Amino acid sequence: MTQPFVQEFEAQDGTGTAEGSKWLEPVRRAAMERFARTGFPSARDEEWRFTPIAPIAQGTWRPAAGGSGQVTQGDLSPFQFGHADWATVVFLNGVHVEALSSAGRLPAGVRAVGLGEALRADAGLLERHLTRHAPLDGSPFTALNTAFLREGGVVHVGANIDLAAPIHLLFVTTPESAGTVAHPRNLIVVERGARASIVESYVTLAPGESYWTNPVTEVAVGAGAWVEHTRIQRESERAYHVGLTHVDQQRDSHYRAFSLAMGGAVARHNLHVRLNDENIETLMYGLYLTRGDQVTDSHTAIYHDQPNCRSWEVYKGILDGRSRGVFNGKVFVKPEAQKTNAKQTNRNLLLSDLARVDTKPQLEIFADDVKCTHGATVGRLDEVARFYARSRGLPAAAADRLLTYAFAAEVVDEVALVPVRQELDRLVLERLGGL
Amino acid sequence: MLEIRNLRATAGDTEILKGIDLTVNAGEVHAVMGPNGSGKSTLAQVLAGHPAYEVTSGSVRYRGQDLLDLEPEERAQAGLFLAFQYPVEIPGVSNAYFLRAAYNEIRKAKGLEEVDSMDFLDLLEEKLKVVEWEPEIMSRAVNSGFSGGEKKRNEILQMAVLDPTLAILDETDSGLDIDALRIVAAGVNKLRRPDNAIIVVTHYQRLLNYIIPDFVHVLSGGRIVKSGGKELALELEARGYEWLEDAVGATP
Repeated sequence: MTQPFVQEFEAQDGTGTAEGSKWLEPVRRAAMERFARTGFPSARDEEWRFTPIAPIAQGTWRPAAGGSGQVTQGDLSPFQFGHADWATVVFLNGVHVEALSSAGRLPAGVRAVGLGEALRADAGLLERHLTRHAPLDGSPFTALNTAFLREGGVVHVGANIDLAAPIHLLFVTTPESAGTVAHPRNLIVVERGARASIVESYVTLAPGESYWTNPVTEVAVGAGAWVEHTRIQRESERAYHVGLTHVDQQRDSHYRAFSLAMGGAVARHNLHVRLNDENIETLMYGLYLTRGDQVTDSHTAIYHDQPNCRSWEVYKGILDGRSRGVFNGKVFVKPEAQKTNAKQTNRNLLLSDLARVDTKPQLEIFADDVKCTHGATVGRLDEVARFYARSRGLPAAAADRLLTYAFAAEVVDEVALVPVRQELDRLVLERLGGL
Repeated sequence: MLEIRNLRATAGDTEILKGIDLTVNAGEVHAVMGPNGSGKSTLAQVLAGHPAYEVTSGSVRYRGQDLLDLEPEERAQAGLFLAFQYPVEIPGVSNAYFLRAAYNEIRKAKGLEEVDSMDFLDLLEEKLKVVEWEPEIMSRAVNSGFSGGEKKRNEILQMAVLDPTLAILDETDSGLDIDALRIVAAGVNKLRRPDNAIIVVTHYQRLLNYIIPDFVHVLSGGRIVKSGGKELALELEARGYEWLEDAVGATP
């Protein structure tokens, strides 16, 4: 299973790094060796028990090789929230396309570029951050991503800059992606006192194709910084997606994540946030919408390493058909992390008898003066609420759609960025067949 | 307008309505009173089509139609409105959106054109006056985080907008302070017309000081055990319900 990847790695050896990034080679090689040793996770691995990765592990995947240049700006506009004017770094089948990207009107001190350019121009910054946040031993998929680290987006927001418009990292697949794997590696660094909105999208122009995306995104949130990070996963419903977001937060910072997962035959996203200092706030919102035979797995982990921090998490799922949802929410509170306030909620709405959800909160609390709560529900639409809506004249199907929409809207409403919130709203409505 | 004959209904294995007879004509206000567990809220919910209850026998004619044959939404579209005892919170959907959706469904059923949000705002402005409310309430999520009084006021606002032919108010006075009670009752009175009818379901006589009924019925053990004019409500207030239960020997 690991042999094709090792061969591919040896074939590419030494070709993937820019000048000034010699430090990266041993990191990549170590990652490759690690993956060669561990292989893909097995079904006995507790962390992967509910994620059916066999089609990935047993598949044959060619390296993603970009697009043929037939994709135009117009093809991308449905994914741009009506804002082609935002700084957008575009990737076609895993490869950065300068011609489709736009720098927007970024102020001085802000950069949104492809990884190759960043390695050349910002070598110091990358050496400090790239591969320094997401631990290699976290998952074989992260190791594999690191071994093949070559493409991705880099966002750097300098200290005390208030970024008015968001930055969009846009990963698009086309029919040429069939049978390929891409390993996007993103780095987002928001320095102390800065404020930024970042959108990271995985979308497709080839809704019927089977491919595999294996992205890792590292986020460094400086002291006193404010970051909103919206992740949109709308891959082909025959594709595979296994992604990790690892966030490191410094003192007095605010990080809010929203994760939408609608695509993929099998899609998994791990969101790990480490609170490295005091007075940090972390909000994690998620919405997964599945149908057919889709499997969507959301794993979150929040590491309360220091005192006086607050984390708030709400993940919701709407599952139709024979689809399956998995939620695993870990909260680790270290002995010194007194006065931690952590709340986790996972709510699931089943629209069919055959849909199912496995939800597991996992709290490991070693401090005594903390407030930590969690709750999980799996259920149907509330009968009394249905009756209420129908008693006002709404036909049963319309009442169901309205209540399902309302269920989703409760998390979508938490997205601060208005154009993104409106687009998410529209996507939910479209999936529900309108109101 | 409404003719209920020997209506029996169960919730699960328990029979709650044990043969109700009631006739309501246009222009009338009927009060249905009774102790807790007498079946008065069940009657209200059965008339609106609540799925938790099963009608086992009897008939309900509403404006020439068999009411029991209609889905809850068809009843609403035919002009029946139930103000809930416990209005449901719908976080995520604005009050304005919900009410316009309902209003348009009822218009569609009448063969009228749907109204857009601008025209609806004009209508709302008028109707908000009925419950002495400011438009800000419309951008909040339906009943979400509303106080008890706000929820009841919202029910009457919905009634004002949907303009029902037959309105059933289920314990609309419960949980209201005196100011909210006055506003809600005044709202209902503004909506009284010769061509519509109202059934007020209540435990206490208090609300009937404001909404003066033409008829008062006392429900006990799933049956109407006494009917009379508005003075019956005062008698109940003075004497309680026990004497009636004793008089008819009804089982609790």
